Amino acid sequence: MTKTISDVICPFCGTLCDDLVVTVSDDGTKLLDVENACAIGAEKFLHSQASDRVTRPRMLQEDGSAVEVSYDEAIEYTAQLLAKAKKPLMYGWSSTSCEAQSVGSEIAEQVGAIIDNTAAVCHGTTLVAVQNVGIPSCTLGEVKNRADRIIFWGCNPAHAHPRHMSRYSIFPRGYFTGKGHKNRKLIVVDPRTTDTSSLADIHLQVEQGADYELLQALRAAVRGQELTGDIIAGVPKAKVYESAELLKSGRFGVIFFGMGVTQSLGKDHNIDAAIMLTKDLNEYTKFSIIAMRGHYNVTGSGQVLGWQFGFPYSVDLSRGFARYNPGETGSIELLKRKEADAIMVLGSDPGAHFPIRCVREIANLPSVCIDPHITPTSEICKLHVPVAFVGVEVGGNCYRMDNVPIDSRKVVEPPEGMMTDEEFLRAVNTRITEIKAA
Amino acid sequence: MADEYIIRNGHVYDPKQGIKGDVMDICIADGKIVSKVSGKAKEIDATGKTVMAGAVEIHAHVAGPKVNEGRNYRPEDKLFTCKATGKTRMEGGFSIPTTFRTGYNYARMGYTTVMEAAMPPLYARHVHEEIKDTPIVDQGAYPVFGNNWFVFEYLKNNEETNVNAYISWLLRVTKGYALKLVNPGGSEAWGWGKNCDGVHDPVPYFDITPAEIMTGLMKANEQLGLPHSIHVHTNNLGNPGNFETTLDTFRLTEGVKPNNKFGREQVFHHTHVQFHSYGGDNWGNFESKAKEIMSYVNQNKNITIDLGCVTLDETTTMTADGPFEHHLTELNHLKWANLDVELETSSGIVPYVYSPDIKVCAIQWAIGLELGLLAKDPMRTYITTDHPNAGPFTRYPRVFGWLMDAKYRNERLSTFKHSEKVNDATSLGSLDREITLYELAQMTRAGPAKALGLTNMCGGLAPGMDADVSVYNINADRLDGASIEKAFSSADQVFKSGVLVVDNNEIVAEPAKRTFWVDVKVPENKQVERDVAMKFLKYYSMNLGNYEVSDHFAPHPYVIEVDAS
Repeated sequence: MTKTISDVICPFCGTLCDDLVVTVSDDGTKLLDVENACAIGAEKFLHSQASDRVTRPRMLQEDGSAVEVSYDEAIEYTAQLLAKAKKPLMYGWSSTSCEAQSVGSEIAEQVGAIIDNTAAVCHGTTLVAVQNVGIPSCTLGEVKNRADRIIFWGCNPAHAHPRHMSRYSIFPRGYFTGKGHKNRKLIVVDPRTTDTSSLADIHLQVEQGADYELLQALRAAVRGQELTGDIIAGVPKAKVYESAELLKSGRFGVIFFGMGVTQSLGKDHNIDAAIMLTKDLNEYTKFSIIAMRGHYNVTGSGQVLGWQFGFPYSVDLSRGFARYNPGETGSIELLKRKEADAIMVLGSDPGAHFPIRCVREIANLPSVCIDPHITPTSEICKLHVPVAFVGVEVGGNCYRMDNVPIDSRKVVEPPEGMMTDEEFLRAVNTRITEIKAA
Repeated sequence: MADEYIIRNGHVYDPKQGIKGDVMDICIADGKIVSKVSGKAKEIDATGKTVMAGAVEIHAHVAGPKVNEGRNYRPEDKLFTCKATGKTRMEGGFSIPTTFRTGYNYARMGYTTVMEAAMPPLYARHVHEEIKDTPIVDQGAYPVFGNNWFVFEYLKNNEETNVNAYISWLLRVTKGYALKLVNPGGSEAWGWGKNCDGVHDPVPYFDITPAEIMTGLMKANEQLGLPHSIHVHTNNLGNPGNFETTLDTFRLTEGVKPNNKFGREQVFHHTHVQFHSYGGDNWGNFESKAKEIMSYVNQNKNITIDLGCVTLDETTTMTADGPFEHHLTELNHLKWANLDVELETSSGIVPYVYSPDIKVCAIQWAIGLELGLLAKDPMRTYITTDHPNAGPFTRYPRVFGWLMDAKYRNERLSTFKHSEKVNDATSLGSLDREITLYELAQMTRAGPAKALGLTNMCGGLAPGMDADVSVYNINADRLDGASIEKAFSSADQVFKSGVLVVDNNEIVAEPAKRTFWVDVKVPENKQVERDVAMKFLKYYSMNLGNYEVSDHFAPHPYVIEVDAS
């Protein structure tokens, strides 16, 4: 016999689908099947069942080999590393629950750490732009029920957020959108032809790095101002006008944007312009803008840091109060300046995504990687602590890309004796309190 | 918990028992006020000081999605004002403080119960996560109902039992405390960039008016017999001439009688009335209509209000009134955040500077105080700043000073850049009333507790009530503005459910705080169950199975059960 669990939340991307159906063995120890998930989401669930999974902490040796250690030893090592450091960096937090993030904050406060999440290399620029000019936005259900104009700018949901278009943005039939995709006009802005752009009514093949120019040209066109030059940012002028008219003529529009525009030339200035375009369009119709957040709970990390410290990422607690200055207190800058004297990574893989200078610095530092998987980061850190998969083997709260919180579920038991990241962090926190008191 | 205390020789102000400054002892045992304690009780000497119940906040935006967006999008609100103490959690923020600072600051001021004023049901989990992280103070949250599609459809079709069943369900799944209505109908219209300007202005597509929404929910609230009445922010907030809309709204309550077992006497609470008491038809002839508003409120006992006093600070406005925030950003051109929530509400955030050099801001300041001073029944008029909209809650002591000391108030009034114009547009300068300590206790303790249906639990010092007690270093002999502000900013001692949480003006303990919510039993209703299932299947972006806030988000619940079956 098997058990079927419905309304399961997918702990992969910021779309945070919550309609998965998972089949597990009767005793709840084996995960057998996943329905409704995209290929990536299904793989995340099934990967928890891998036979070669690491189930105990491993300490990296001089010769590059790894030796298994107990969780108690791992707790002691991590607590000592953080307690002794003058300016430890606690990075990641995007692939774990808000409950674990919250314990992370307590530790960071105790040890005076810099606590930072993956926004540092993704949508941090978006957060800065929001601090500059605000953000008119809405939930994804509003998009489903009302939207008839959609822009995907610098993102490719067909591959990166595979169920986004079917659940929320293009295909669903909502309350005021009974005709589904037939009543929606889609503009894709991308220098490349992608599977997303193949669906577009208008594909604006912007010249690489010229997003800012195109955004400002659209703002001018929306206001009915005259544009000079036949080609603007690689796009024929007539197409810019046509796009502006298309946006203004809708009843409810949404701009979705991704890292193609947040991390390309212009960075937060691009997003400033995109937000102001959205604001301008509200003079003519209703318009919103939503960031295509990547990790399933990077948004939650920004929320937790926000209500606890007042800033969404790159929070420096080393002076006894919270400071925030992206460009100075961000992980990349800190590692480049060789300012951190220890690093703990949880729920992210900087080894695969940071500039090589920073990766080398991580390898040189006293370091811990807390992650269910073997990753490039786990291979360069002195200690790797495998933990249960959040959203598969332990529940916990997560925030969708539109900031909607959804409580993820436990569907299967973790391998025997494995700790969850929250349990591990609590034990480390308790041990640090003891060390500090001594 | 088991500690006994005796607070000796303080001037006690307790409207619950009609005690007006008598010198007496207050005894605490097992978390409750008691009539006597054993010889082992710890003594607090309150000689020459004022003793009141812990204050009750009836309306503040302190937890949830828009509050946190406010924090995250305003790094400039932090300004490194907070030093670590080593004993408490790190604090930060001014107009939108972090959750820790929110809890500590309320406690420091002697507040022990704080209601979050607007909870979008889809984001209820977020609100409760923040409440969990707000230390010391007991809290509840009001889910918003005034732009909810279920409510619209049931009310339009006169399906009373279905409205009741839906309210019961939504309060339970969101762990909500009361029915909040914000710009009824107008926030839904904002889904299309529109608004409802008056109470009879129909909602696009839904064929219902704000008046019908308010009347329908008021009736449902009394049929169910909930602890609090409907809690309303009506249409047309912030516009010159809007007092007519406010009076139209008040008139909806005529003939409606309260029905509940909680000692509540009102059927309608209107919040931050300052923002709804404007005359004139443009910003040039903008003027106060506080007299007209208060004359109505004074005559109608089934209405309660809170003030929404402007504190003349730089602050962060935030409301579920989405169209208003868009209007505001068009006025001041500061950064605009908006969040429309499917089937439920909209909301927005804009920073705002209430400058004493701007005529309109100074008139707003005067109106808030006028309302308080024109109130004939302090048990029905509560002091708020609609935190953080008209100013941060940490400015309450200053508002107390303005209300309690005419000289202090007039000094402020006479030093505005446009004092003459402010005097022309308001009657504040002619009011010499000074709110007394007893009236203050009514407006911040006994009154709001009664309106919330918590009159037997908090806001008073009668034996058997929760031992929420504040001791302030002030008394009736020296009630000048500056002393009032100083004393009420930082209580000497504060007890929360019998635990000493503030001693010598410092946080000394963080006992488990409670989450209040209302569980109302109604007859089983298959129709509503089916409607809910269908709407989630077709229109929500979340599965019904993931909507309910599970118990671990409110680890110390205090559930008020109501039987309407």
